[in-house]
Amino acid sequence: MVRYGKGAIALSAALLMATSALAQDKRVVTWNADYDPIPLAAAEALIADFEAANPEIDVQLNNFDHEAYKNAIRNFLTADPPDLANWYAANRMRPFVEAGLFADISDVWADNGLTDALASSVLSSTIDGKQYAVPYTYYQWGIYYNRDAYKAAGVEVPGEGGVSWDQFLANCEKFKAAGIDCVTTGSSALWPVAGIFDYVSMRTNGYQFHSDLAAGKISWTSPEARAVFDNFGKLQPYVTANHAAIDWQDAAALLVQGKAANYVMGNFAVGVFKEGGMTNDNLGFMVFPEITAGIARSEEAPTDTVHLTSGAKNPEDAKKLLAFIASADAQTKWNGAVGQLPTNKNASVDAADPFLTAGFQALSTATGGIAQFWDRDADAEYAKAGMEGFQQFLVQPDQLDAILERLEQTRLRLYPQ
Amino acid sequence: MTAASPTLPTQRIWNQRAIAPWLFLAPGLFMFTVYVLWPIIQSITLSFYDWNGLYNKDGQFTGTFVGIGNYAELVSDPAFETSLWNNLKWLVLYMAALPLGLFIAIFLNQTVTGIRLYKSLFFFPFVISQVVVGLIFSWFYAPNFGLFYLLTEVITGQGTAILADPDVVTYGIIAAGLWPQIAYVMILYLTGLNNVAPDQIEAAKLDGAKGLKMLWHVVLPQLRPATFIAVIVTVIGALRSFDLVSIMTNGGPFGSSRVLSYYMFEMALGEYGFRMGYGAAIAVVLFAIMMVFISGFIWKMWRDETER
Repeated sequence: MVRYGKGAIALSAALLMATSALAQDKRVVTWNADYDPIPLAAAEALIADFEAANPEIDVQLNNFDHEAYKNAIRNFLTADPPDLANWYAANRMRPFVEAGLFADISDVWADNGLTDALASSVLSSTIDGKQYAVPYTYYQWGIYYNRDAYKAAGVEVPGEGGVSWDQFLANCEKFKAAGIDCVTTGSSALWPVAGIFDYVSMRTNGYQFHSDLAAGKISWTSPEARAVFDNFGKLQPYVTANHAAIDWQDAAALLVQGKAANYVMGNFAVGVFKEGGMTNDNLGFMVFPEITAGIARSEEAPTDTVHLTSGAKNPEDAKKLLAFIASADAQTKWNGAVGQLPTNKNASVDAADPFLTAGFQALSTATGGIAQFWDRDADAEYAKAGMEGFQQFLVQPDQLDAILERLEQTRLRLYPQ
Repeated sequence: MTAASPTLPTQRIWNQRAIAPWLFLAPGLFMFTVYVLWPIIQSITLSFYDWNGLYNKDGQFTGTFVGIGNYAELVSDPAFETSLWNNLKWLVLYMAALPLGLFIAIFLNQTVTGIRLYKSLFFFPFVISQVVVGLIFSWFYAPNFGLFYLLTEVITGQGTAILADPDVVTYGIIAAGLWPQIAYVMILYLTGLNNVAPDQIEAAKLDGAKGLKMLWHVVLPQLRPATFIAVIVTVIGALRSFDLVSIMTNGGPFGSSRVLSYYMFEMALGEYGFRMGYGAAIAVVLFAIMMVFISGFIWKMWRDETER
């Protein structure tokens, strides 16, 4: 069963008592989540399936508003912990793990063969050799492009495998001549620029370099880091002017209207593009072009996760539900409904959706590794400093030395050598 | 017991005088202690800790004591420096609300048909929420479709997106803040102008004063109480400029429109923040700056009271 919390904790607590009185004979598992309407419906279906298979368990989903959840979780994990809580993988869950608020669920992973089935997410679910998360969905990043804009500028539309870096830059030159933004973004909320930077960084020096950079192990003034900014600088003149003042949705409108040709974004943007009137015929997807030849291709795919809390009242049944969420069938169904990618390699995706198929293909052949996105791979404060630097570089490329110097100082302060 | 009877009433009077004020003050004092003094003490305490806002599952505080570490970091933090400078810009430029508000007030202080309607139209921006003001102005400045952007495009051939330009973004937000602030100052002066003694104006007219001289030597001195209040609300308005920054830019681009109150929020409660101690240290600095002004005002009021 599902209730809508939206922060009304007292009310939901009262409801909780009322419903548990009705379902006295059942064992209750509580789950706090932050779903939008479509994922919420998918989660309701998932719970219904689970309850059908385990009639003695009653799963109570308490849904929060997405933004409110970020603050609410910090309170309810201590004050009134549910059995399960939604959150994110990698560094985003680290504060909760270190405060002992998320429980070690290595046994769920071991008992259900998840290390194999969820192979691509093992690293992002693990802290100090123990697993603390069950990843159930992710989505690819890449370049979404408007075929009509390509035709309008007289540029050859990219093929199945995308284009080379030189070709991409040459195309940008043609788009500029045609008065079309080659690459668009809306960075008023900062994070969209990190998507571009991540790809330039991974394509220039590879996944391991990028991962070390996010972990503060690499100097911003090193030749490798400068090489990243050299390539970033080649893209800079072709990025939408004034991107610092617009939201990512405004930039999506530019792509829909054909005023921009390419958009480095996550797959969730497809819904926005289609609402704007694009169809599978004029919306295209390609992986970010290879820059340094021979580097194993890595991709960006932020993962959403469910966690067992340390204060769980019914950890045994909660672990059963976690195992169910990790299973191939449940993930196929959930992600099919939401339009995202399952993390379980035995699950399948809707073959009729070209973006999901392309994304699944891109991620399953990404031998370099799967990054979580800059603000999940790097510590919060470091991530923020980095993103401000990336944004400033795109606005004031001549300030590169000052930007790198400042980032390096931040690094040395956060990660004393 | 003849000696006792005269002392009893005085004792009662003494008791009344001593206790009654405190009784009347008690509710206010209680609120002030719980909602003002206690948070101030807590903020100051917290500013000596490094804490991410989490308690562990046993409900224990997880912060570590770092002494003046947070303040030491503030001194060398470029973002803090930017915020401080921006706060200064706000303080100085917000003062423009005083002459502009006075000008509009004098302009509206006449008896023409429908003047009440004009007055209320001028007062309108103060009635709408700061959030709405911020939204209106961010659309006004918006690249590609904003009125201001299109105007600059027509005039200079190159559109200027105020909120994307790190050099002018703060001025753009201050302009948005001035809009309601001028209306506020205007209403203060309008009520002040109602109380200007007509006989003094007459007398000044007979002596041949008019125009700016009349304003400077006759009207303005009588508006001193209104000016005093207007300065106070403008200074406070400038220092607590949070909502406009948050709505219009989130402190961007790359942090160039941050002010102290927004930086404090960002560090303590923002998505990439949760450094409660560092946020508290910024709050303490902001508090200290405000104290300078607040003590000035209190000192002035105290002086006025005692002179009477």
